[in-house]
Amino acid sequence: MSDSVNHSRRSFLEKSAVVGAITIAPGILLHQVANAKPDDQAVSDSVRWGMLINTNNCEQGCTDCIDACNTEHGLVGNDRPKSDTQYIRKVTLRDKMTGHELSLPLMCQHCETAPCVDVCPTGASFKRKDGIALVDKHICIGCRYCMMACPFKARSFVHEEVKNQTLSAPRGKGTVESCTMCVHRVDKDQIPACVEACGKGKHDAMMFGDLNDPNSTISKELEKHGGKQIRADLQLNTAVRYQGL
Amino acid sequence: MTNRFLRITFLLAGLALLFPVTGSAETPLPTIHEPEGEGVKCVEPEDVMRRNHMNFILHQRDETMHEGIRTSKYSFAECINCHVEPDENGNIAGVDTKDHFCNGCHEYAAVTIDCFECHADRPQKFIDRGGKSASLQDELHQTLAADEDMGGELK
Ligand code: SF4
Ligand code: SF4
Repeated sequence: MSDSVNHSRRSFLEKSAVVGAITIAPGILLHQVANAKPDDQAVSDSVRWGMLINTNNCEQGCTDCIDACNTEHGLVGNDRPKSDTQYIRKVTLRDKMTGHELSLPLMCQHCETAPCVDVCPTGASFKRKDGIALVDKHICIGCRYCMMACPFKARSFVHEEVKNQTLSAPRGKGTVESCTMCVHRVDKDQIPACVEACGKGKHDAMMFGDLNDPNSTISKELEKHGGKQIRADLQLNTAVRYQGL
Repeated sequence: MTNRFLRITFLLAGLALLFPVTGSAETPLPTIHEPEGEGVKCVEPEDVMRRNHMNFILHQRDETMHEGIRTSKYSFAECINCHVEPDENGNIAGVDTKDHFCNGCHEYAAVTIDCFECHADRPQKFIDRGGKSASLQDELHQTLAADEDMGGELK
């Protein structure tokens, strides 16, 4: 199956469209069809970017998504794992009764009503119209209110001077940061690095797409099989949903 | 009247500083790196850029950050891509040296900017991210193995 993807993805996609299979890198497919924003056009609320994570496919111990994220954003550690920046964390959940374990990537959930935005005193934490939650590091004063407010521990503070940042992911000491849903890639019509890596690693546990478009692969999958919010009780309407919880 | 006279004097003094015509200036003038290649032109005339580059970048910064507008004309990354090139030995002058396009002038004019606290000072292909990320991966693996907290909390 992977060969057919490599050799002729188009023909594979055509076939899969007939069969109705949606397992191979659906985000890629979906995204190229759904969105081609010209560079000079502002993002709009007609799309809401989201992710769907199938925990049944997520391998315990696999860190493909995290590794891709670290490379994409030039995240390097200072040998202090407690305070080093992490955009994605792999979390293992264990059902105490049955002993069943499952593993999932946890990152900023891009909440619709985002607590980080509510508490930010400067306006640095903000939501783009397309639902992506970001920190404008030009404005951030490093107060870390948002870190306290985030129910998912999604944010990190940069404690130390940063060198050798990547061109597309500026980051520096004294500001807070978290998963950007690879906004720089999304704006260029690509899918987030983690989703791409998960697909390349043949895990296919992550899907990316437009939650507002009822015909997008992610919306269809959500409609068909559902997807839970973590801490749904907080009513944040998160853009990252999970299956198999 | 005096005011006006003063202003003109300052202006002339300023111009004299900016254009290295005399050759006898006491403080060495910054060397401006001209991007290579024939017909390569900046996005605006030189005098406009000298006065207004900060405004262009600031404007673009907000548009890109908040609205996802990613045109290349006043893109900070494009400034770097064009103006920061390796020397004959293939070395890039970092932003902490006089030879860096941005810093050359800023240092001369005693302007301190924060851009490079966060932004890369060189084109992507010259960014050396060293071996550190591998050790980060190891750390993460270890923390993952050790971190039981989150699991309990979420369940
Ligand atoms: S997950 Fe945390 S950082 Fe992300 S939008 Fe929600 S509150 Fe903000
Ligand atoms: S740390 Fe920055 S983004 Fe977070 S609340 Fe404070 S100013 Fe806002």
